[in-house]
Amino acid sequence: MNFKSLILAASVAAVSTVAHGEGLKVGMITTLSGGGAGLGIDVRDGFMLAISQSGRSDIDVVIEDDQRKPDVAVQLADKMIQSEKVDVLTGIIWSNLAMAVVPSATAQGKFYLSPNAGPSALAGKGCHQNYFNVAWQNDNLHEAAGAYASDAGFANAFILAPNYPAGKDALTGFKRFFKGDLAGEIYTKLGQTDYAAEIAQIRASGADSVFFFLPGGMGISFLKQYADSGVDLPLVGPAFSFDQGILQAVGDAALGVKNTSQWNKDIDNAANAAFVASFQAEYGRLPSLYASQGFDTANLLISAMNTADVDDQGAFRAALEAANFDSVRGNFSFGVNHHPVQDIYVREVIKEGDVYTNKIIGTGLTNHADAYAADCKM
Amino acid sequence: MTTLLFIEQVLNGLQSGVMLFLMAAGLTLVFGVMGLINLAHGSVYMIGAFAAAAVAGATGSFLLALAASLAAAAAAGALIEIVVIRRLYDRDHLDQVLATFALILIFSEGTRWAFGSFPLYLNIPEYLSGPVTLPGGIQYPLYRLTIIAAGLSVAAGLFLLISRTRLGIQIRAGESDREMIAALGVDISRLYTIVFALGAALAGLAGALVGAIQSVQVGMGEPVLILAFVVIVIGGIGSIKGALIGSILVGLTDTLGGLFLPRFFGLFLDPASATSVGSALASMLIYILMAGVLIVKPSGLFGATT
Repeated sequence: MNFKSLILAASVAAVSTVAHGEGLKVGMITTLSGGGAGLGIDVRDGFMLAISQSGRSDIDVVIEDDQRKPDVAVQLADKMIQSEKVDVLTGIIWSNLAMAVVPSATAQGKFYLSPNAGPSALAGKGCHQNYFNVAWQNDNLHEAAGAYASDAGFANAFILAPNYPAGKDALTGFKRFFKGDLAGEIYTKLGQTDYAAEIAQIRASGADSVFFFLPGGMGISFLKQYADSGVDLPLVGPAFSFDQGILQAVGDAALGVKNTSQWNKDIDNAANAAFVASFQAEYGRLPSLYASQGFDTANLLISAMNTADVDDQGAFRAALEAANFDSVRGNFSFGVNHHPVQDIYVREVIKEGDVYTNKIIGTGLTNHADAYAADCKM
Repeated sequence: MTTLLFIEQVLNGLQSGVMLFLMAAGLTLVFGVMGLINLAHGSVYMIGAFAAAAVAGATGSFLLALAASLAAAAAAGALIEIVVIRRLYDRDHLDQVLATFALILIFSEGTRWAFGSFPLYLNIPEYLSGPVTLPGGIQYPLYRLTIIAAGLSVAAGLFLLISRTRLGIQIRAGESDREMIAALGVDISRLYTIVFALGAALAGLAGALVGAIQSVQVGMGEPVLILAFVVIVIGGIGSIKGALIGSILVGLTDTLGGLFLPRFFGLFLDPASATSVGSALASMLIYILMAGVLIVKPSGLFGATT
């Protein structure tokens, strides 16, 4: 090989690096303002922590705030796909926003990795080969809560959730595993901050327990008003109603409440211990389940990049399906519809020093997959 | 369906109604006296709530927090009037809407910059927390009862102010003929600043009172602003009495609609679709009420017929 051909080979290699080895561009659309900001900020921080720990410089992340508005999310997705030319989209917290963005993004040949929203419509008939959910299908945690409520001997539950896709999935999931009767069932407005009317109905309903799904600021408002109302029925809920952000704002009113989660900071594995310690060191607060989902999403992405190039969609997809990464949840694998198969735990709210947090007290459902996988034809 | 539940819901409706009144009173005064559409009214509601949360966080005193909310909102109102609004009286309503909409964006981003995106939580003071038992065995949160009483006493104070004081006479006169009272020697621009600051202070107070049961966050004023506009359209623009009646009507319709409509649909639909149809329709109910009032009385319940 003479000198000329060496240069030629080097420049061909350089060109191909520009074309393929340039790395990967991620578009993150998440909620960073308003009453739902805590969730998006946690997902973002968990995600970015994993990226920085990987030490890779070939991942470029563009982050934008969707303000929990579907129209804003759609505009951001269009901008990211058309002008930013991202390869992978992620970040959406709310299922109504996911429904507005995900089908069109995957139809345009982009990968979408969901760190949170898992609407039933995207798990069953609407599933897509480029859509992966790293958190859970929406129903999952509520199914475990329903199973727990039955086991705990509750026979007459009052249930409420916001009126949007995840709220409907929540009540459907709870009812699927709850064997008792329902004293009442209410859908509230998404983003509602005053629950006086709902609490009055709970008081009058004669229920023996209350199941509620109210993530973010909604949960804080509800719990504070519930504590002040004098109604003292036991509460059951998914982890979203008792996450790290909500507990600090609500305080003593939540102590002792049981809730269901796929993750907690005391799950015993090396990846989780390292995650909890490094998250606290980096951000000065305890991670929430949202942060753990963001962290897992980034690690899944990095694991796929290690074995395949994103431009080779088939190989990259296979690498994602393998889920060959150390999840902070311990066991983690994808079902046929690209939704997690995982254990769901029962947690109790406790106080550690001055900090309110959760402790695992048992396992709700083991190796649990979602109810929609059978409808998914990829 | 028990009487107790019904009475509790009426109290809830009343409570949200009187808080809406504090917001709508300022809006209707400003619109009636100055002929100005002020979208930034929701921002002073937010400023009041943030001032209260900041002062409560620093001092731990709820009363000081309320005083801070009044002072901060009144100061913000006076500042907005002197710096921006004063230049807009002679412009048409579109210019006013654009300018005050810009103020919303400025105040929202400014607050986000100063306090961050996370909601703040203002705690109900110890002596007002917990439920009380009313005659008839109804348990109701003491704090909500207190804000019903506070709202009604502010309403009474406002009636006295408008009907019995010199300032009130000037406000009413300014409403009907501003050139004439300027000609009579009343300092009209000072009057406008006072009215604007008064309206802003009431909105700020509402923000602080409501902030304690809900949450204090950027953008909390805009949903309330929309309801307040509905209220003044129903009550009649410029009428304080209309604002009070309209607020309570809207509060009760909203609360009782959310209670009765799902039950009504439950009579002939299955429970799941009854709840979703019922709650969807319940959230539209106040707008249906507004449309109904406008059909019967186009200038609102207590509006001046022109």
